[in-house]
Amino acid sequence: MIIHHPLLGPRDASEFVHLGDATLLSRPDWQADDAIAQFHEYLYQRENPAGEYRELWYHEQGDRSWLIITRNTLTHEISSVELARDVARKGSAS
Amino acid sequence: MRYSALSIIKNGLTGNKGWKPVWREPDPKQHYDIVIVGGGGHGLATAHYLSKKYGVTNVAVLEKGWLGSGNIGRNTTIVRSNYLLDGNQPFYEHSMKLWEGLETDLNYNVMMSQRGILNLAHSDAQRDAFARRGNAMLMSGADAELLDIDAVRDMVPFLNFDNARFPIKGGLLQRRAGTARHDAVAWGYARSADSHGVDIIQNCEVTGFTIHDGKCTGVQTTRGTISANKVGVCVAGSSSMVMAKAGMRLPIESHVLQAFVSEGLKPTIPGVVTFGAGHLYISQSDKGGLVFGGDIDGYNSYAQRGNLPVIEHVAEDMMALMPFLGRARLLRMWGGVMDMSMDGSPIIDKTHIDGLYFNGGWCYGGFKATPASGDAYAHLLATDRPHETATQYHLDRFARGAMIDEKGAGAQPNLH
Amino acid sequence: MTQINRLSGGKINRDKPCTFTFNGKILQGYQGDTLASALLANGINLVGRSFKYHRPRGIFSAGSEEPNALVQLRQAASNEPNTRATVTELYDGLYATSQNHRGPLNFDLMAATDLLSPFLGAGFYYKTFMWPRAFWEKLYEPIIRASAGLGKLSGEEDPDIYDKGFLHCDLLIIGAGPAGLAAARVAAHAGAQVIIADEDFLLGGRLNSERHEIDGIPADQWASETLAQLQEFGNVRILPRTTVLGAFDHGIYSALERKTDHQLHSNGKPRQVLWRIYSKRAILASGATERSIAFPNNDRPGIMLAGAVRSYAKRYGVAAGKQISIFTNNHSGWQIAQDLVDQGVKITAIVDTRDIPPPATFSGVAIMMGTQVVNTTGRKALRSITLSNGHVIQTDCLAVAGGWSPNVHLTCHQRGRPEWRNDIAAFVPSKSRPVGMSVVGAANGDLTLGAAIKSAHQTTNAVLKSIGFQTKRTQPPRAIDEAFAITPFWHVANQKHRAWVDLQNDVTTKDIKLSQTEGFHAVEHLKRYTTLGMATDQGKTSNVLGLAVMAEMLGKPIPETGTTIFRPPYTPVAMGALGGRARDKNYAPIRKTPSHQWASEQNAVFVETGNWLRAQWYPKLGETHWRESVDREVLATRKSVGICDVTTLGKIDIQGTDAAAFLNFIYANPFLKVPVGKVRYGLMLREDGICYDDGTTARLGENHFVMTTTTANAVLVYRRMEFARQCLCPEMDVHLISTTDAWAQYAIAGPNSRALLAKIVDNQDLSNEVFPFMACGEITICNGIPARLFRISFSGELAYELAVPTRYGDSLIRALMAEGQEFDATPYGTEALSVMRIEKGHVVGNEINGTTTALNLGMGGMVSQKKDSIGATLSQREVLINDNVVRLVGLQPVDKSHALQAGAHFLELGSKPTTQNDLGWMTSVAHSPTFGHSIGLGFVKNGHMRHGDIIRAWDGIRGRDIPVKIVSPHMYDPEGAIQRG
Repeated sequence: MIIHHPLLGPRDASEFVHLGDATLLSRPDWQADDAIAQFHEYLYQRENPAGEYRELWYHEQGDRSWLIITRNTLTHEISSVELARDVARKGSAS
Repeated sequence: MRYSALSIIKNGLTGNKGWKPVWREPDPKQHYDIVIVGGGGHGLATAHYLSKKYGVTNVAVLEKGWLGSGNIGRNTTIVRSNYLLDGNQPFYEHSMKLWEGLETDLNYNVMMSQRGILNLAHSDAQRDAFARRGNAMLMSGADAELLDIDAVRDMVPFLNFDNARFPIKGGLLQRRAGTARHDAVAWGYARSADSHGVDIIQNCEVTGFTIHDGKCTGVQTTRGTISANKVGVCVAGSSSMVMAKAGMRLPIESHVLQAFVSEGLKPTIPGVVTFGAGHLYISQSDKGGLVFGGDIDGYNSYAQRGNLPVIEHVAEDMMALMPFLGRARLLRMWGGVMDMSMDGSPIIDKTHIDGLYFNGGWCYGGFKATPASGDAYAHLLATDRPHETATQYHLDRFARGAMIDEKGAGAQPNLH
Repeated sequence: MTQINRLSGGKINRDKPCTFTFNGKILQGYQGDTLASALLANGINLVGRSFKYHRPRGIFSAGSEEPNALVQLRQAASNEPNTRATVTELYDGLYATSQNHRGPLNFDLMAATDLLSPFLGAGFYYKTFMWPRAFWEKLYEPIIRASAGLGKLSGEEDPDIYDKGFLHCDLLIIGAGPAGLAAARVAAHAGAQVIIADEDFLLGGRLNSERHEIDGIPADQWASETLAQLQEFGNVRILPRTTVLGAFDHGIYSALERKTDHQLHSNGKPRQVLWRIYSKRAILASGATERSIAFPNNDRPGIMLAGAVRSYAKRYGVAAGKQISIFTNNHSGWQIAQDLVDQGVKITAIVDTRDIPPPATFSGVAIMMGTQVVNTTGRKALRSITLSNGHVIQTDCLAVAGGWSPNVHLTCHQRGRPEWRNDIAAFVPSKSRPVGMSVVGAANGDLTLGAAIKSAHQTTNAVLKSIGFQTKRTQPPRAIDEAFAITPFWHVANQKHRAWVDLQNDVTTKDIKLSQTEGFHAVEHLKRYTTLGMATDQGKTSNVLGLAVMAEMLGKPIPETGTTIFRPPYTPVAMGALGGRARDKNYAPIRKTPSHQWASEQNAVFVETGNWLRAQWYPKLGETHWRESVDREVLATRKSVGICDVTTLGKIDIQGTDAAAFLNFIYANPFLKVPVGKVRYGLMLREDGICYDDGTTARLGENHFVMTTTTANAVLVYRRMEFARQCLCPEMDVHLISTTDAWAQYAIAGPNSRALLAKIVDNQDLSNEVFPFMACGEITICNGIPARLFRISFSGELAYELAVPTRYGDSLIRALMAEGQEFDATPYGTEALSVMRIEKGHVVGNEINGTTTALNLGMGGMVSQKKDSIGATLSQREVLINDNVVRLVGLQPVDKSHALQAGAHFLELGSKPTTQNDLGWMTSVAHSPTFGHSIGLGFVKNGHMRHGDIIRAWDGIRGRDIPVKIVSPHMYDPEGAIQRG
């Protein structure tokens, strides 16, 4: 696969490490009454869609950016690549 | 009809005209006691044990495509019970014992071949971890042997002992482990279940569950609505998509695992060997092909195909361990979709919806589990109690903190 | 021996004769021959045996689709089994033998299995060998395995080397036949970066084997002229002998170039190169493969694909037989007849299944329309064919023209399914094919020459336009469209004789019938039950035929019956090529520590730690056992001073105004208030609340910290910290950089460590008052070398870790050893390091193994619930905070002469070794020279409350079972007075 890094251009996917669902950006409030339940949902429960999927990749053999990639899990087609930090700052992880 | 050498001779002498269909192709009835969703290895095994061991015969197995079209027909055929944790090892040892009697149980030769599995250790820490695991295996009633370097050399002299980047320090051997002919397992279970009256319905996709007031009373399918007292989902690879139809999210991600086979070669590797400094498992089939695999590709996928980095990495591992295979040729590769669970262990449990049961999350270890998974799921479906060897495979174990994490990799499916 | 079947003409070099050996016979051929064409030239057509029934097998095709002519090529370690003679380029000195027979090829003892064929139909083994049970492993299976496989590996290490390379292009053209060459011409002129690859050594595809004209000149001449033109373009790379193996995501293709396979020796050069090609677009121009017809006894040597017979005549100047007959269901059989006659080959008969007027006449050739071949004779070579009209024709070569199957393989590699086209009775690529791939020519179903070239020309223009290239308005090369009128005819029904579909695996129409009778109605079931298409050719010549036969038996049209899809690779590829250079010591890179050179000079024994090599111990003259060295190193350190290279520990530099807050989030224990100049031990949890790493972090300044991680987790910790920084704390002002390789770091431990250090530090007061335990600072040493000093102790001694920029690492170890002479300073390796940390009760990866909690480790109190940190919340799940869990303890053998073993499990005295009775396990052991006996660490259920109890360390796998006493894990200096001293 080829990932079009927003800063570095096209890069082979083998330079990257895959983590998982982009919802991992939306870490729950540790002080919530049901914090354990919320963290359980956050860490373990997955949509796991067949189709478009927003996911986290890390450019470990590169600039060490975390990226949010929108990729189709049926075709592997990538429709967008964003810097995760930008997304996190906007607070719109999903 | 019963299979035997005699039946083959009789039919051979009469032009092989006497053979009968291995299974019926029935139309779905309106109601079953139990509907099993998924006609893969685990679903068919469940039907077999339900009908033969637990006496429930008004059962349908619904399969979206052709029976055995999932990972039962795409794996590297390894059978073993060499797990570490008490949540797993007794279950897999139960499975091993079922494998050992499977030909007789099914009257079908699944070519279970106990030629052993040897896990190689390349460091003192790895050897110590194998000792711990081997002891756990022995405590569960399984067999295990810890080999030193000389014993490894005697057993598999063709490995790279003298010029390896990560020298072999020893190994964990399970002699009762081995391989089985994967497709035959599906066919054998299907034939047996069918003979006990189970309806195996191919090309029948479940499109929804009938759920009222927290109770599941049947399924909607591409071949009509079917009611059932209990519905058991067993669709590893598609678990998330199917359970989403019941409104559930699962602690599972779908990942692609590639597998490989070489051209047919005269026997060269006796049993199963795994490389401990990389990720490679390899055996040779009764037909002569080297069957091997490595890690999952690492990204979520439903595409049933992989990419080059893993292919090349598996080949590197092979050449590092067995440089005499350099001139053997890779014939074919393929990919299967794995239910990668959050702790690397499976789930066999009731759901919060009454009458709806779930079996999945097998990661890439589902094949060896087929008999025990079928037995345990049948037990659960028939009695509503978990089988004694499958008491920890609960859906809520993550909420409670009772993970069964053999690798210690944590809640990241692609690390298991 | 003369080449009795050699004709005139052909694209062989008669000035370059090649001598070769097949099954011990010395034979002659020419450069430009394949092994197969040279064998045929010498009148040899029995070249192998089939897999199951060991039936005699001859050359069937003239390309990579060959199912039969598989040989063992070369000798000894270079021996290569299952090599297709039809694509093996002849070279002087070639050595080949046939395979898969017992005794000579002519008298294969295994051929007896053929007599048993009524009992060995599809799937017979699933129905028998079940009784008695033990016989399967002991008797039946060994017999089956003994006859498994085709060729035999030498068992020796592959002597060749293989390379990998990366190529980038605008357009990858796969296949250099008429369509591929036409496409390349257009792309070359447009200025695109083009790669054109073809598996053959002679480019031009069918143009070299058939008689045509293109633009008014002979087609083969057009091909060579076009290639010569293409070579003039700087933007075109021509790769002959290169098979494109697979189509992967995003325009990435894998290709294998055979560099020296056509030479006797590789002469130290890479034998093959595996290319990874990154393309913007790809054009598949892979042509079509002919298929056979299933008629009784259609597997005899001499029965060949008609196009192959033509190829041998035209391209190689070889007659495949003395009396050739043709069996066809389409017009291409007639063209082949014409081409053969033109080439001077004698044709005996043309048998056409179609009941139409003969499309042509040939003098002296029997022509029979609406007729089928219903049987054949000749065990090791074809002698005669029997026709449905009762005629028997003497013939030694039957050329079968069953129609053409487009080579759609690469279109299926991303699980695209081809679709059926009735007019040409073939599967053609559908829209579901890899993104960026276009298909042209015969591969796309344009089976006639004019149409193939035209479609290639037009499609290439459109493709180039789509990626921004201006193409010139040019006319495609002109060629006529030869007739191709096929009336599908698949198999001759016959109850008595077998008709082969898959020649290598011995799948016959009877097997297909049986599988249908038994209910294997899905195509995949057919394939798996009969092994159809599972041979080394992946069913290139058999899949469509098998499917069509099955469709006829089911009475369904082919599209409804379905199709199997092709998997990568296109043709089988050597594992050595896929592995490349990553072999032996080059399997993984080696990381050396800064003291490596010095340690080598001391004859240190090294151990692999991940990719690092670390000194394990430093044997001294006269020491014969590693324990002697390790005990000495430990005792010398505890007595005076020892030095250990700890550079491999991960180091992360953390800076920013939020650095402290960030660390407070990363670590489970508080970090906000670490004073400048102090080091703190930190415990890291995963978000699931399980421990995964520990280490020390030093605060060098208000906004500057330096972290150490374990060696094993250096990469992982950094990755997770970057995740926290970028994804969870995006507003924090904090920056991270890995400095593992930037700093050389040594542990200097023992009562004299302070005195030794004092000799090299510049102006740093090392007294306890100024630089106490857990102090740190940036200092200089040896007159101005920048350094960092940490007073931390893994050994339990008065100890320091001293870091200098890596370039000073070698000098520093030499300086320390020189200055340390007066203290008998002793270098110690990882073994002594491990002994001392076990004595002290420090945990490593054996204990923090990814499943243990802070509670298990005896550090439950460290996990602060007063702040938000990774893992703090989920560490409080009910099962994880249950009191009744395993706890870290120390262990000592009751009988001090016993040695403990890591991996042993704990049991109560007298209880049976069962899963239910399991109390825990031994994680780490050492012989402690300090205590004079074996010691261990381990996890025991409720072990923290059981200090002093005796339990068993059961190690059944090594046949040991000894009583051990539970003690505190902190065995050496539990109060820590020494390290604070």
